[in-house]
Amino acid sequence: MDFIQTLKIALRALRTNKMRSFLTMLGIIIGIAAVIAMMAVGSGASYVISQQIASIGSNIILVIPGSTTSGGLRTGSGGAQTLSSDDARSIGTDCPSVAYAAGTVRASGQIISGNMNWSSVIMGGTPELFEIREWPVVSGRAISQQDEDGAIKVCLLDQTVAENLFGSADPVGSIVRIKKIPFTVIGILERKGQSPQGQDQDDAVFVPLRTAQRNLVRSQRTGIVSAIIVKAKSEELIDKAEKEIQMLLNQRHRITAAKEPDFTTRNLSEILAVAEQSAKAMSLLLGAVASISLIVGGIGIMNIMLVSVTERTREIGIRMAIGAKKNDILLQFMTEAVLLTMLGGLIGIALGAGGATGVSRFLGWPTMISIQSITIAFLFSAAVGIFFGFYPAKKAAGLNPIDALRYE
Amino acid sequence: MSSVISLTDIRRVFIMGDQQFEALKGVSFDITTGEFVAIMGASGSGKSTCMNVLGCLDPPTSGRYLLDGLDVGGMGTNELADIRNKKLGFVFQGFNLLARTPAVENVELPLIYAGLGSRERRRQALIAMEQVGLAGKENNHPSQLSGGQQQRVAIARALVNNPAVILADEPTGNLDSSTSEEIMNLFTALNRQGITIIMVTHEHDVAAFAGRQITFRDGRIISDSLTTATV
Ligand SMILES: Nc1ncnc2c1ncn2[C@@H]1O[C@H](COP(=O)(O)OP(=O)(O)O)[C@@H](O)[C@H]1O
Ligand SMILES: [Mg+2]
Repeated sequence: MDFIQTLKIALRALRTNKMRSFLTMLGIIIGIAAVIAMMAVGSGASYVISQQIASIGSNIILVIPGSTTSGGLRTGSGGAQTLSSDDARSIGTDCPSVAYAAGTVRASGQIISGNMNWSSVIMGGTPELFEIREWPVVSGRAISQQDEDGAIKVCLLDQTVAENLFGSADPVGSIVRIKKIPFTVIGILERKGQSPQGQDQDDAVFVPLRTAQRNLVRSQRTGIVSAIIVKAKSEELIDKAEKEIQMLLNQRHRITAAKEPDFTTRNLSEILAVAEQSAKAMSLLLGAVASISLIVGGIGIMNIMLVSVTERTREIGIRMAIGAKKNDILLQFMTEAVLLTMLGGLIGIALGAGGATGVSRFLGWPTMISIQSITIAFLFSAAVGIFFGFYPAKKAAGLNPIDALRYE
Repeated sequence: MSSVISLTDIRRVFIMGDQQFEALKGVSFDITTGEFVAIMGASGSGKSTCMNVLGCLDPPTSGRYLLDGLDVGGMGTNELADIRNKKLGFVFQGFNLLARTPAVENVELPLIYAGLGSRERRRQALIAMEQVGLAGKENNHPSQLSGGQQQRVAIARALVNNPAVILADEPTGNLDSSTSEEIMNLFTALNRQGITIIMVTHEHDVAAFAGRQITFRDGRIISDSLTTATV
């Protein structure tokens, strides 16, 4: 018997009992919808994290003052003034796996232009900072090595700052006062947009490191930096670069076995990669929980198929008497079960996708529906049909034609 | 003429728990192509059991059964299904049509399992329906047909695959006498076209349409005559 014919017979059987077919499908519909929605929420979360990884730049290692203990950061870390511009320069030149290293300081304060003022973060950084963070200048020029060496009072503005101080006018060439000290605006940085958490990432002012050290931050010694941002030459070299930095700084800071390091290196991408992995694991877990409802739906299919086989015993007998083989009957009932679950799967996919879209619209959660999860859900629903349809179909195929014909 | 059916010492023993019941106690007969045979006997005499053996639905416990020259004994279930599909046509007392299925699709059913394409199936089904006088009723569902018409659909279904033999177990059992006569006239007409028919009945006036009567009692043949039996 050809497949089209088998399909037609199965469709007719399902249509005969529309309500029952629908209720039977409902278990699968709910199961598949849950799987799709859960996977969408889970992969949305891991997408956000991977975006975060992308937004901090690739292959970044952060060096901050203070040591770590096994329990985490010691109190006062970050506040200690143990890292210097020389450390940053030395990392950049002496560590073979490092591409760039930039010392940075951070302050906050008012920026004034004419009668406008705006409170913002002020970052001091060497020119390498912009290479590391991959922040291009869209108007004017970047901070140069001359600016840095001469501690020139120039600054780059982020777009939010520029808009608040200058409106739509071009700020390049204007003078702004940062903590009451006049600076020349030399350029505007490209818009970075919102962070995945919805923070404005375009609200900072950048000045040369040395300028900041001399004019904007207070410290016990000259040349202190609050952090060193390092870019490794490649992803494979991140771990190596981290080791090189630790060795170099241990040497420079005369760290011995007896003396705890006064700095900490952190591989940011690694931290986020771990977070990304746990988000993926979470989405798998959610999917697994949702698939339990699929199994429940499958049992419902099996139950109804068994009822259907009993009800149609006489039909099975007639078909066998006029030449249906065991396999024809088996295939007919399997087709019916698989058709039920696949139809349920399709409806479930539509519902799950709709649900996920609703969640992201009304709850603001990021969701992502992949072709992959749809394919998996669809194949899974077919598999449920095959698995739970087999026993009833086998039972139908095993009927004795005479008994089946005599069945009332 | 060659034998289309040849039974030799057929026995059928039913085993129910620790009890045994021999429903056929050594039945032998030959049927020649083109015959119209009525199998008669009291209720419980083994007529249906014999028909099930003839229909390759129930293998005999012992004995030899040749159908159209083929030894049916020892065939597997798939081979038997093929034999039923290609060489036999069934007409049942209760019609046994598929409900909620148009008449013509009921008639097509054996051709589906024979693997014919849908056009050819439809063509042959329509010819069979015309043969039984049901042209125009193709799309009626069984529930929209009278008992006699339903039995005609069943006969068309039995005819459609050009079987070697049509087996009918009490085909008029559910019909009133005038409808019974119509069906018997149809069988007679089909038999005149050369179709071999074996029919079970316990009614003498129905059996009278057949050219040969085999009578069973307690699982044995007690008479086998070519002449019409007197009432
Ligand atoms: N499957 C079975 N199991 C046990 N006994 C059976 C079975 N089928 C038929 N019989 C017995 O065999 C005998 C003949 O039955 P059957 O051939 O149906 O008679 P009939 O001549 O009325 O058609 C009856 O006594 C019946 O009880
Ligand atoms: Mg009987």
